[in-house]
Amino acid sequence: MKKKFKLIDLDCANCAAKMEDAIKKIDGVNDASVSFMTQKMMIDADDAVFDQVVQEAVKCIAKVEPDCQVVV
Amino acid sequence: MDKLTDKQKKELKRIIIALVMFILLMITEHLILPHLSISGGPESAPQMPNIIAGAAIDILYIAAYLIVGHDVLRKCLLGIKNKQLFDESFLMTVATFGAFGCGELEEAVAVMLFYQIGEFFQGYAVGRSRGAITELMSIAPDYANRETADGSTEVIDPDDIQVGDVLVIKPGEKIPTDAVVIEGHGFINTAALTGESVPRSVGEGDQVISGCINGDDLLRVEALKEYDDSTVVQILEMVETAASKKSKTENFITRFAHYYTPAVVIAAVVLAVVPPLISGRFTEVFGTWLLRACTFLVISCPCALVISVPLAFFGGIGAASKKGVLVKGSNYLEMMAVLDTVVTDKTGTLTEGVFRVSSTLAAPGHDEADVIKYAAAVEAGSTHPIGAAIIAACSDPFPGSAVKDNVNHAGKGAEASVDGDRIAVGTSKLFDELGIEIPAESKASGEAGGTHCYVAKNGIYIGTVTVADMPKAEAAQAVKEMRAEGVRRIVMLTGDSKETAAETAAAVGISDYRAELLPQNKVRAAEELLAELGGEDEKANRSRRLAFIGDGINDAPVLSRADVGIAMGSLGSDAAIEAADIVIMDDKLSRIPAVIRIARKTIGISKANIVFALAVKFVCLALGAVGLANMWTAVFADVGVAVICILNSMRMLSE
Repeated sequence: MKKKFKLIDLDCANCAAKMEDAIKKIDGVNDASVSFMTQKMMIDADDAVFDQVVQEAVKCIAKVEPDCQVVV
Repeated sequence: MDKLTDKQKKELKRIIIALVMFILLMITEHLILPHLSISGGPESAPQMPNIIAGAAIDILYIAAYLIVGHDVLRKCLLGIKNKQLFDESFLMTVATFGAFGCGELEEAVAVMLFYQIGEFFQGYAVGRSRGAITELMSIAPDYANRETADGSTEVIDPDDIQVGDVLVIKPGEKIPTDAVVIEGHGFINTAALTGESVPRSVGEGDQVISGCINGDDLLRVEALKEYDDSTVVQILEMVETAASKKSKTENFITRFAHYYTPAVVIAAVVLAVVPPLISGRFTEVFGTWLLRACTFLVISCPCALVISVPLAFFGGIGAASKKGVLVKGSNYLEMMAVLDTVVTDKTGTLTEGVFRVSSTLAAPGHDEADVIKYAAAVEAGSTHPIGAAIIAACSDPFPGSAVKDNVNHAGKGAEASVDGDRIAVGTSKLFDELGIEIPAESKASGEAGGTHCYVAKNGIYIGTVTVADMPKAEAAQAVKEMRAEGVRRIVMLTGDSKETAAETAAAVGISDYRAELLPQNKVRAAEELLAELGGEDEKANRSRRLAFIGDGINDAPVLSRADVGIAMGSLGSDAAIEAADIVIMDDKLSRIPAVIRIARKTIGISKANIVFALAVKFVCLALGAVGLANMWTAVFADVGVAVICILNSMRMLSE
């Protein structure tokens, strides 16, 4: 399943790249992208673990940029 | 500064408070205090009031520092906790703490203050350009008016539209989904999708595309697609995902930052420790070198590159979409900038894709209008494109009742009795079979261009109707412009006969063409040309690229095989939007040279940014290492350069 999420207060382009790397490493993720320009995150992950993956991704984002919120 | 977010407003407030405090403190420390201490006598030891005043000023400096920089400290701590070292916050914290450690309170506050001002401006600039682009893309409808069974209308969410719903589009409203007009006629503005400023006229039976804006008339339409399948949603999705297909330049920057930051930190540590150790007077000079190391760190921040390069590409994609060209990723923009070979389809790309009567020839004693009139009568009801073209060219047709006894000769022509006369329309082959002679001069003059339909009345030749797929009016100009933009080779591929191909090629100014190709041969031809450029793989590291231009109908394999697949006139054609890398929303070939120009400019700006930022940084780093650059220089090298690069990238948006 592929889904897009809006990010609020994603303030640095470098962080977006870091988030993307971290999310791609989560188990069950086929592809992911975090776009600084559109302030959006796309996750493509296996259906069975999708919700879990999203939670993991939210944690990854909080780690890189604590102020950044994910609109789930 | 009207579009600030809440967060930005808070930041601005903090910056202003700290800035005022900082200025007041500077004035007090440098202008007021010295006078006070002079009054205490020049040779006396520091007096109590002065020590207290000094301490108070120090505390106020720290307060100002905390007001403006506390979030940086917080981010730094969180970064350490989350093992995300070496980000900007970390560098700034280390640098300013170093300055504090050396007793340079003033500099520490100044650095933090200017860093925050720069960050603020940076955020504002990025936010604005993002706003400009999303505005560009504000083609999504907010609502739809659905007509209910009793004839009244209700306002619904576009998501709730069902195929077959009757929707009412009032003047000035956006068309919510792809639909067909069932009542009313007027003009719709397609500018947001196609960049075309002349409104398109629509009437009953015409299809309208979502995202267009209705003119001054009321339209009743029937939905053909659900909102999620509509053109507008497809386009929005495409543009949004475009940012995730990164260009080589962008990837380079990401990789660069990955190695660069740790390398700089190690260099800074070396700078702080090694020279004092070598000098042998460690404790005396350590402070100076520590400060230099901190300056070094501040200069080194890679944010100018990390933000401005993607911004330039994003702006380039935005500029292209303003012209009705959708670019699916920055990598394609990058390839367009080094376009060497353009392979183009003929039908529908260089030509109109519709057959039209290009010339009519009448035998002596006959009228051209009659020739068409007779031919049209025989072809009446024909669905063949040539027949349809002849019918369309006839302004005064015979009534249907006048035509009878139709005989169809498949692939050669047809016969019928029209108004009592036996009329034959067809190829020279048909005329041979029927034993009708075509005068040699008519045959000769009919050599050039298109398909010739000979017309005979009661067994005697009366004229020729030539039907051709005409080249687009602007095709020749576009070909010329592409050459002017540095395209070395333009090759036309077509399934048509050599004669037709030669004629179209000559008309548009292309000397290189391959005719009579089957679809699979087109792929092979494209592969050969790719191989000539030095590699068939799209990912191969080539400095010259190949683009294929097609109309998306049955050339999808070539579209995906080329480095850059460009689909033309595909508004509403899902297959083309899917297969192509660049989609030209209207039919205009002139968009291609325009995109090349945009691509060039984008690449130019991002390269200029890279060179400028790195040059300034390396010079400042060198100066910092030998102690010639202070914190102020450092802040300029970091934030100042970032802001300049961002402003440079923003030029793309005004394109």
